[in-house]
Amino acid sequence: MAKQIETFVRLPDRNPPSSTIGFISWLRQNLFSSVTNTLTTILFCYLFYLYIPPFIEWAIINANISGSDRSVCDANKAGACWTFIKVRLDQILFGLYFASNPEQTWRPILALSIFTIILIPLVMENIPFKKWLLLFMLFIYPLIFIVLVYGGFFGIPVSNTTQWGGFLLTFALAFVGIVLALPLGILLALGRRSEMAIIKALSVTYIEFWRGTPLITILFMASVMLPLFFPSGVEFDKVVRAMIGITLFQSAYTAEAVRGGLQAIDRGQTEASMALGMGYWRRNVLVVLPQALKISIPSIVNTFIALFKDTSLVSIIGLLDLLNMSQTASRSLDWNGYDIEGYLFAGFIFWIFCYGMSSYSQKLERKLDTDRRAE
Amino acid sequence: MNITVASEKTMTSETHPIITISNLNKWYGKFHALKDINLDVNKTEKIVICGPSGSGKSTLIRCINRLEVHQEGSIIVDGTELTDDVKQINEIRSDVGMVFQHFNLFPHLTVLENCTLAPIWVRKKPKIEADELAMELLKKVRIPEQSQKYPGQLSGGQQQRVAIARALCMQPRVMLFDEPTSALDPEMIKEVLETMIELADSGMTMLVVTHEMGFANKVADRVIFMDEGQIVEQNNPENFFSNPKSERTKLFLSQILNH
Amino acid sequence: MINTKIPFYRDPRFRSLIVQILVLALVSYGLLFIYQTTVSNLVERGIQTSVSFFDDVAPFKIGFSPFLEFDLGKTTYIEVFYIGILNTLLIGALGIAASTIVGFFIGIIRLSPNWLASKCALIYIEVFRNVPLLLQIMFWNFAVFLATLPPPKKSIELGFIYLNSRGLHTPKPFVDDLTNFNIWMFILFIGLCFCFWINKRSKKQFEQTGKRNSIGLYNLVGFIIFAILSYFALGSPLGFDLPVLGKFNFKGGGQLPLPLFSLWFALTIYTSAFIAENVRAGITSVSKGQIEAARSIGLTRTQMINMIIIPQAMRVIIPPTISQFLNLTKNSSLAVAVGYEEIVAVWAGISLNQTGQALIIIAMTIIVYECMSLFTSFILNAYNRKMQIVER
Repeated sequence: MAKQIETFVRLPDRNPPSSTIGFISWLRQNLFSSVTNTLTTILFCYLFYLYIPPFIEWAIINANISGSDRSVCDANKAGACWTFIKVRLDQILFGLYFASNPEQTWRPILALSIFTIILIPLVMENIPFKKWLLLFMLFIYPLIFIVLVYGGFFGIPVSNTTQWGGFLLTFALAFVGIVLALPLGILLALGRRSEMAIIKALSVTYIEFWRGTPLITILFMASVMLPLFFPSGVEFDKVVRAMIGITLFQSAYTAEAVRGGLQAIDRGQTEASMALGMGYWRRNVLVVLPQALKISIPSIVNTFIALFKDTSLVSIIGLLDLLNMSQTASRSLDWNGYDIEGYLFAGFIFWIFCYGMSSYSQKLERKLDTDRRAE
Repeated sequence: MNITVASEKTMTSETHPIITISNLNKWYGKFHALKDINLDVNKTEKIVICGPSGSGKSTLIRCINRLEVHQEGSIIVDGTELTDDVKQINEIRSDVGMVFQHFNLFPHLTVLENCTLAPIWVRKKPKIEADELAMELLKKVRIPEQSQKYPGQLSGGQQQRVAIARALCMQPRVMLFDEPTSALDPEMIKEVLETMIELADSGMTMLVVTHEMGFANKVADRVIFMDEGQIVEQNNPENFFSNPKSERTKLFLSQILNH
Repeated sequence: MINTKIPFYRDPRFRSLIVQILVLALVSYGLLFIYQTTVSNLVERGIQTSVSFFDDVAPFKIGFSPFLEFDLGKTTYIEVFYIGILNTLLIGALGIAASTIVGFFIGIIRLSPNWLASKCALIYIEVFRNVPLLLQIMFWNFAVFLATLPPPKKSIELGFIYLNSRGLHTPKPFVDDLTNFNIWMFILFIGLCFCFWINKRSKKQFEQTGKRNSIGLYNLVGFIIFAILSYFALGSPLGFDLPVLGKFNFKGGGQLPLPLFSLWFALTIYTSAFIAENVRAGITSVSKGQIEAARSIGLTRTQMINMIIIPQAMRVIIPPTISQFLNLTKNSSLAVAVGYEEIVAVWAGISLNQTGQALIIIAMTIIVYECMSLFTSFILNAYNRKMQIVER
């Protein structure tokens, strides 16, 4: 018996040959695995050599940041003029009202900070009370935002929406768009899947109508025609008109995202809740929607990214959002000629938010995917 | 019933092994997946490889047609050593048929097109000949009537039989089976195993990774048990099942046979 | 005896009917209300909503109208509408062609085995699709092209193509001799038929003998040589109008004014980032097993790519890419920002301001886009149905 056991000698694990692991081997496999691969590497290194050092020189090494007027930048044209951004930062971020009343800037800063503080636990994993945080974000936070930024309560001076601008306006438009469009979108998605022919037809028409038209047309419509739709006397300012247009537009896209989630839910869930004697609304609110919404979060975030980028379109109807504000600032007499810096700065802010959201939605998608496979 | 595809070639040199594997070592990153494997496969021999999951049995047969690249040792198939030479690899691959666990049929081609693709483009056969051969082999695996359907329209067992026919259409000298029945329902396992037994009877050289011990007992010339990247023991089926040498093998057999 | 008759108000069919009728009535009433207030509001402002302005002469100038002649003082509003549609279709076609080429190119680089190349493509995708298109259009137009492109006298030359701060100037083909041109076209048609016939024959031969001949290549080269020879034999029936430097700018040839060029450039970069991502997703959707199977039957790399990967990947790539084409066309409406004269700019913009006919003009603009959208979903549905038949 003992002899038989000896026949199997377990060999120790050895390390792979050194030529197949480590940095050198990684280089060989990923950059020089074949002639084409090596040539590609050389080509890209040459392109980097051509473009990256001059850009870094312009954007960082030779850049101007000191001073408070254009004389510094005019003296050194070889570098970027970040002085412009520094001097006009308040205006680009918070708009003209807060730029001209610097003692009030704490209001938007506080409002955006509260938003960030709620958002961080919301996107993290394993955090309790997420549901309450979300409800707070959707229902209480808008009130806080209005009190802080619009003012008019507790002796806070009013900043009219007409004076909103910069990143603050971009944020407000996008936030209103998503918060108001969400309930509308859910109703539309349920309507589109309804068995009642008329409801279904109306939902489909509504959704396809808004999805078929570019947002700019809708913004034109909102700014030109909305006043015509209501009896004279009812007045909206430009920002509110844009918000209405954006909400209607966004609700159609949200509806499609939610519909995707609804479709992914097994019919057995509906049948099981029917068997428990639930009616249409109980069934959907208690059983189907919670699951469907969870699945559709990545798509909803994706529509939100598109919306966030699209808010820049309001600059065409004359609102001073982040893009238009940067552009206007760079076209003012003080800073004429430094528009590249303005565009780059605005673009960078947009990029951070969109890239952050898209990474988050991709992460969620992967997680949902593995969850589903694990089931 | 006999499948004559491989018989002509197998007659020539009975003594030389068709596959010679010596001192084969393979790593995935830092994980030592195959350790000093030595194995000779003779012509017309049927070898069944078994072992717990993660023991390296699939990796071993995937190395033989270079779906995995080994780092040390040598594999010689029919007198040609496996190197990085693309032309040689393709020649070896066209001589070695492979059947996968998940069939891997091409979903955008019909059953017949799946079978004739490689004969036409790799073997440069006229389409008419390739079609005839494919139909003949589809008859042998008993699904000629499905030839115009797409893989998505067939059951798992039917798909796996198409996969066998597809590999046979290249008139290979060796057939590799990588857990061909693991993804199938019980009644479908039977129809696939029957096809494989018929193929074995026709004299094909076969390396089969499987847990179907009945099949091993009936068909194999040699059963190999692998664990932790090593060949633990190899023997003819009678001795292997009735009198396993090592404790490790006994344990494995008791687990797998008592189910 | 159990009473099976239920009261009508608890009958689900009745309830659903009532709900539907109520909703329909509410929606109809809302729409009617909006329509009536709008009309009365317009009347209040002294605007009678009617289409009679269609035939009025448009009192503004449209600089770019390559398909319809624009004549200040003669061109009517309805013609302005058509010019707008045609210009939208033009930028759509240009953008679709360019962004498909660039998008596939970047998508393939993204999957390159070369780490540097793949990461560069990733950066391209993540940068350009996460910055608003409008910002990109303005950036390229105002900050880059207007600021850095040379004046016409110092144009950048690429053969007969010139790029300067006014735009892109290209040679433009025109028919020199109509009879000979028709003869040439006829000869080319015959030649094309001949090529197809040869191709079919060689395919048949391939199927019978298994011998693969590279007749396709000879065919193509032969046809091109034949086309060139017959072109000169017929005395060059098709001429090329080359751009010539005039006093201030180039004259003649094809002109792409700078706003169109910037818009085209930005739309191409923006949309190509999305298409590249579709291409990447499509190719990676082909499972590893497919590639292993293709290798195990001995297909070469090229054969595997052509016969296994591309056909399967294209089914995943095509539908979202068609949607991107529609998005591109809708996004071309951002031309307003740089002054390219497409439908939103000339119709919903200038014409609306001039006439005040908001209701009709906005409705017509929306209908144009809805038609494009319907057309796209028609194509998509047809494609999906065809693919379903193939697979099931």
